[in-house]
Amino acid sequence: MLYRENGQFKTSYRQDQQMLPILQDRIFMGLLLLFVYVGAPFIFSDYFFLSILIPFLILSLAALGLNLLVGYCGQISIGHAAFMSVGAYAAYNLVLRLPQLNFLVVLILAGLIAALVGLLFGIPSLRIRGLYLAVATLAAQFFTDWTFARVKWFTNYAPSGSVSTATIDLFGWHVDSPVRKYLFLLAVVTLFAVLAKNLVRSHIGRAWMAMRDMDVAAEVIGIRPVYAKLTAFGVSSFYVGVAGALWGFVHLGSWEPLAFNITLSLNLLFMIIIGGMGSVLGSFFGAFFIVALPILLNRAPEWIGVDMSTAMVSHLESMIFGSLIVFFLIVEPQGLARLWAIGKEKLRLWPFPH
Amino acid sequence: MRKNFNMIVLGVALMAGLIAPLVTGASSAGFYTEVLLGGLMAGVLYSLVALGFVLIFKASGVFNFAQGAMVLFAALSVARMAEMMPLWAAILLAVGIMVALAFVVERVVLRPLVNQDPVVLLMATLGVTYFLDGFGQTIWGSDIYEINLGIAKEPVMILGNLFEGGILINKDDVAATVAAALLVILLALFFQKTKTGRALRAVADDHLAAQSIGIPLNRIWVIVWSLAGVVALVAGVVWGAKLGVQFSISQVALKALPVVILGGFTSIPGAIVGGLIIGVGEKMAEVFLAPVMVKAFDLAGGGIENWFAYVLALLFLLVLPQGLFGEKHIDRV
Amino acid sequence: MGAGLNGGRTIGDVVLDLQGISLAFGGVQALQEVTFDVREHEIRAIIGPNGAGKSSMLNVINGIYHPQQGTVTFNGVTRHSVNTHKAAVQGIARTFQNIALFKGMSVLDNIMTGRNLRMKSSLLAQALRVGSAEREEMEHREAVERVIDFLEIQAYRRTPVGRLPYGLQKRVDLARALAMEPNLLLLDEPMAGMNVEEKQDMCRFILDVNDQLGTTIVLIEHDMGVVMDISDRVVVLDYGKKIGDGTPAEVRGNQAVIDAYLGISH
Repeated sequence: MLYRENGQFKTSYRQDQQMLPILQDRIFMGLLLLFVYVGAPFIFSDYFFLSILIPFLILSLAALGLNLLVGYCGQISIGHAAFMSVGAYAAYNLVLRLPQLNFLVVLILAGLIAALVGLLFGIPSLRIRGLYLAVATLAAQFFTDWTFARVKWFTNYAPSGSVSTATIDLFGWHVDSPVRKYLFLLAVVTLFAVLAKNLVRSHIGRAWMAMRDMDVAAEVIGIRPVYAKLTAFGVSSFYVGVAGALWGFVHLGSWEPLAFNITLSLNLLFMIIIGGMGSVLGSFFGAFFIVALPILLNRAPEWIGVDMSTAMVSHLESMIFGSLIVFFLIVEPQGLARLWAIGKEKLRLWPFPH
Repeated sequence: MRKNFNMIVLGVALMAGLIAPLVTGASSAGFYTEVLLGGLMAGVLYSLVALGFVLIFKASGVFNFAQGAMVLFAALSVARMAEMMPLWAAILLAVGIMVALAFVVERVVLRPLVNQDPVVLLMATLGVTYFLDGFGQTIWGSDIYEINLGIAKEPVMILGNLFEGGILINKDDVAATVAAALLVILLALFFQKTKTGRALRAVADDHLAAQSIGIPLNRIWVIVWSLAGVVALVAGVVWGAKLGVQFSISQVALKALPVVILGGFTSIPGAIVGGLIIGVGEKMAEVFLAPVMVKAFDLAGGGIENWFAYVLALLFLLVLPQGLFGEKHIDRV
Repeated sequence: MGAGLNGGRTIGDVVLDLQGISLAFGGVQALQEVTFDVREHEIRAIIGPNGAGKSSMLNVINGIYHPQQGTVTFNGVTRHSVNTHKAAVQGIARTFQNIALFKGMSVLDNIMTGRNLRMKSSLLAQALRVGSAEREEMEHREAVERVIDFLEIQAYRRTPVGRLPYGLQKRVDLARALAMEPNLLLLDEPMAGMNVEEKQDMCRFILDVNDQLGTTIVLIEHDMGVVMDISDRVVVLDYGKKIGDGTPAEVRGNQAVIDAYLGISH
């Protein structure tokens, strides 16, 4: 009843190709944006911002980056947190050594540096694929772990190996309170999400998906595998590098090299598996899921009235994660995003059964 | 051909790196041999884990990321049960547990995903890893446990007359090597001489052909996973006796990846050779190369062994993608 | 029979020339010293029993396989092996026996990939969807819509290709190849697995492509009726060797061809 396209005829290709062709979707998105930008700052508590929304936003960005590579282009990477750390340390060093740069410029530069490193580690993908490529990405992970822990220049010769950052200053607007951090991240993430959506709708996005689905046929059509794979690695690493810089500066404040370890890489992968590979929306679903689940699990025993040690909770978390991954892979390999799409399909028919 | 040239360059570079410490006089012959032997022993442990990978991959094309978790789970079971019963009984029971685990994993995880992309299967086994990790620690607890095989912990001095001062070897390392060797021989006999072994080889070669001659695929996969479970058990007991049952599973499983890359995903001798190469390479790099690098680049400590295996695997991948003993694949369009 | 059903169309000079192509995989000799040519605007069929090397021949023409011996001359340029990308750039398109469509995309997107060679906007322009990128997308969307109209698949634009019935998937495969605006179209069993009506439709499309667009077509097909009806000339392969070459009528009367098809050992 409500969710119908009746009367919404497209009279130009331009209208047909727009991001949200259905009017109800546009209204929904408008309301959502209104809520997150204007409403949320007044509604949610500082705790909610700090422990859920801020990590959620940054990890969505990272998941989005990983999704571009794995979900859209079909190249596996189980060491992607390496590029987050490159972005974080790049931003740290830029702020340290070129303090006159505006933080937005730092962010872009950090992303570009991460993109370059990503390109470098993406070169193996030109010759190897699948499981073998996974090992190559692990090399990236462990090598960057080691580099930032051992090459003292990166941490400015800090004896403990940790670095810390100052508050971000954007043209005099200090990003210090939780609400300000939230709004800043929201702006960055919305922008990047739109850019990503544009990319996957364009010919480069189609080239990526063609490489994923059938690379021999893609070559025959004239798609260059080298260009497609390297751009996927590059753009993906750019996103993830920016996310890493934001993670370090906005969320953590200070960090040690192991903040970007293999566990984070695997978490990113889980986000896109559960959220939906090959879907921009799915990256957000997955990130929210991974951020919210541990908190939920931590609180749940209290609510039910059962007593559980923190160790037990973390074991439970592992078990639930593991089962969910297997569950999603078997039952709905396209993740929560697909469930969302199915929900919308049902909504079109509502209130009729079929 | 360019490919052969690359292989030769890689081989020469590795050999050069291997004998450099001796040749340059940076270390005495005795110490060098000690490090070499230490590396070989560490390599044996890696090989044991990699064996499990190869078994499963050979028979079902699944890359079992959960192998490391299985090693830990098996080790935990043995360690805890051995507190309540004699060691041999604990081990026997653990075999049963691993077989049961194999059943469950095959039924619940593998069968529904049977024709999917290898990467999907990899991720599924990742899920199994996380589950097993939490489950194992829920049941058995998460402290550090001991497995007492009755072998003395003090190192032994050998070859005192050949090398000045002799060479230190750990007895439990020797035990590990013996166990590994026995396992490989038993497996080889199993595959060559028994009916089930032959069936397994048939399945590894071609699923469809094997099915068409009546080999029950599902049962074979349960057998293979059980075998891998037993291998995991041996690895777990050996590792656990040496280091105590508390290692992070991620490290164990992940290190075996470079091993099978070097050796070839489908080759048992490859798993052994790959493990030895990685073990020796890592040790050598850490002991001899790291100090050089620390001095040269003013590094905050060594730790090369964290990434050396992977970078080595990466180089191998670019030069010899199928590994030393693996099979080449020709894709038809 | 003879001249096919396309009257009023002039067959031009030789546009593709294959000389002495030999191709082997391991111990298997797929093609042995195969020589034939294709003229502009014609429909050239390659026929032969299963395993004769027909698909391998197409793969050699557009660079998926590299022959050990022989040369491929296209548009006057002679090469020992063809580079797949260059082949696409020079206007060679093909369909596949096993429908190599991109299962994760819709029909429209699949066909749009055929335009990738011609879409030049930069990464940044695409990300920002600025004027030039947007215009390029629309321009190529129009071209694709023309192909969609031509092949009558308008109703399926947004459907994921995996959900379409086999016959329609084959049509989308053809559409994607046509979107490349090829000079030479290689069709690998375009009618395999189709019923009579679908085959008639496909024949009509192939003839239209040849007639209206002037595309040179090399076609592998098992249905003799189709081959005899629509092709101008035929090449017959058996066990990797050429055993016949000429008009449909000539080939039909060739004893070696008859033997090969009747399975008389030779």
